[in-house]
Amino acid sequence: MMQMIEGSHAVAGAVKFCRPQVIAAYPITPQTHIVEALADYVANCELDAEYITVENEFSALSACIGASAAGSRTYSATTSQGLALMFEVCFNVAGMRFPIVMSIANRALGAPLSIWNDQQDSISLRDSGWLQFYAEDNQEAADLHYIAYRVAEDSSVLLPAFVCFDGFILSHTYEPIDTLTQEDVDKYLPKFAPKERLDAADPISFGMYATPDYYHEFRYEMDRALKESQAVIHAAGKEFGRMFGRDYSAMVEGYRLEDADTAIVAMGSICGTTKDAIDELRDEGKKVGLLKVRVFRPFPTDDIAKALADVKRVAVLDKNISLGAKGALALEVKDALYSSGIPVKDYIIGLGGRDVRKKDIKAVVELAEKGQGDIFYGLRREVL
Amino acid sequence: MADTDCNLFDCGHRACGGCGAALAAKLVTQAAGTETIVVASTGCMEVFSTPYPETAWKVPWIHSLFENASAVASGIEAALKKQGRKEKVIIMAGDGATFDIGMICISGAFERGHDFTYICYDNEAYMNTGIQRSGATPYDASTTTSPSGKCSFGNKRPKKDMPQILAAHGAPYVATASIAYTADLMQKVQKAINTQGPCYIQVHAPCCTGWGFEGDQTLAIAKLAIETGLWVNYEMVDGRVVKVKKVVRKPVEEYLKTQKRFRHLFKPSRQDAEIAAIQAIADTNAEKYGIDIKLKKE
Repeated sequence: MMQMIEGSHAVAGAVKFCRPQVIAAYPITPQTHIVEALADYVANCELDAEYITVENEFSALSACIGASAAGSRTYSATTSQGLALMFEVCFNVAGMRFPIVMSIANRALGAPLSIWNDQQDSISLRDSGWLQFYAEDNQEAADLHYIAYRVAEDSSVLLPAFVCFDGFILSHTYEPIDTLTQEDVDKYLPKFAPKERLDAADPISFGMYATPDYYHEFRYEMDRALKESQAVIHAAGKEFGRMFGRDYSAMVEGYRLEDADTAIVAMGSICGTTKDAIDELRDEGKKVGLLKVRVFRPFPTDDIAKALADVKRVAVLDKNISLGAKGALALEVKDALYSSGIPVKDYIIGLGGRDVRKKDIKAVVELAEKGQGDIFYGLRREVL
Repeated sequence: MADTDCNLFDCGHRACGGCGAALAAKLVTQAAGTETIVVASTGCMEVFSTPYPETAWKVPWIHSLFENASAVASGIEAALKKQGRKEKVIIMAGDGATFDIGMICISGAFERGHDFTYICYDNEAYMNTGIQRSGATPYDASTTTSPSGKCSFGNKRPKKDMPQILAAHGAPYVATASIAYTADLMQKVQKAINTQGPCYIQVHAPCCTGWGFEGDQTLAIAKLAIETGLWVNYEMVDGRVVKVKKVVRKPVEEYLKTQKRFRHLFKPSRQDAEIAAIQAIADTNAEKYGIDIKLKKE
């Protein structure tokens, strides 16, 4: 059913259909509307879940660990400072292999304090072992929650997942959304039934410490599971497409890329703006295309190399910066294209909510065509 | 040889001989029984009981981080409720995890009223990292971060009063206990797990390595703490003290001189003023909780 709803509410509605048994949540802008909507569902008996109003985000994710260990599907949502406060717990969740799903309404990290959008928060946790999905629009943001639970809980994966969608730009924007039904989702997403859980009938120990004789292999197994999860994502996305008509089987999606000379690579809501800019550039006769990266972890290195094999140059839009190096997406795209020799330039853009318009995308394309890049785009003059 | 003498916690753990915390774990699990889930914080007990792939726990056990045991327990309790399960949730955490780094998580979980029992095994310093002071370290104890020296008598502050802090959160049952009084400790554990809501038991658990005494003296020293009034065993129900262990008090010196952490109060020279200050702490405890047994004159 098509409904005109806010992004946060589209996400909350999808989470409701996933039937989490335990939700642990703490308010933070621009995520708060999600957990408010879920609280409403619980208060009106539309969702049969325990809702723990924790005292901070650190405890939110810690409570999810307990609930997941006891065998319940769990959910939380956060952003920015809240995610930073969860840093220690994020690594712990992945290491203990709990398939917790968490929505991230992407927001900049302080200082200086900013409540506005970029993707520094989730990108900064790229090494923590969580799957990372990035949504272009609110339909995708909602749908990716179903995919995320199904993949995370797959017995060959058992890793947690972020579903990232841009704060305000998506979270607070009304769009027409095709909302599924509970019956639909129950057919797609099986009940959470972990093989191991805290259970007095079968006592086991979780979270033991590992000496140097064992630790190395624990990390290897996590890395292997994350890399191999690409096949599970592919299958889960394909099945979703077969059932509901929207196919998410690909980690990356090309837009007018077939004969492109210049390829833009981007993640999140900026892809929508980029597509509009590309349409106009195409009308002017410029061969430009987009490669949208939907899955940042596991990083789809091979898919990216294949999709960009025939372009002359690549311009990466990074809504993050690994200070002292480059944007995280550009670094990994360069790695994917290393042996191809295709030049890759990086454009740090739209940090802290700076608006990115079609004309900015066109300006980036122009810079890329001149071989100029690896820059902060659109800086105020006084800092130059 | 067949293992015929196993408890829910004991076989093959790697604690020091004479470890008070290990005895506490044994007594707590014995009192709580098999229908229990134990949540641990990072610390000595976690390390000496669960080196992968071995575990000394025969009840379901989970360790996540140093400071989040009560948040993890909150999630377990919520999940059990949703699943209609009846296991009791017990946290076992050291004094550093309880008095210091876990304080926010504890306050949040107690305020929310989750049904669990929080047991702090209190050995009065960070023993796992090598005997650093915590908020539970007693006045004048020498630790590696509050060492005695030419211008220091050791830790400058008295113990934080955690039981009162948690009673102030509205905890229905708060108690202190000692490994030297095993039946009392076990009864308190059973009361706590059968009381609805967040309950707290602080167990005095001497550490031979950290305090500096021979491992065969653990129980004797734990008993002396009670007998000198430096540790008081009591129970609080709904914030009111309902039961106190009374003693014929001995001078604190008898307790202090058994441990290297207080040796600087006696050598190279006796520090009368400091010993008097510690005696005053015991006297205040005695008055506050009414622990003194008045002997009739013959």
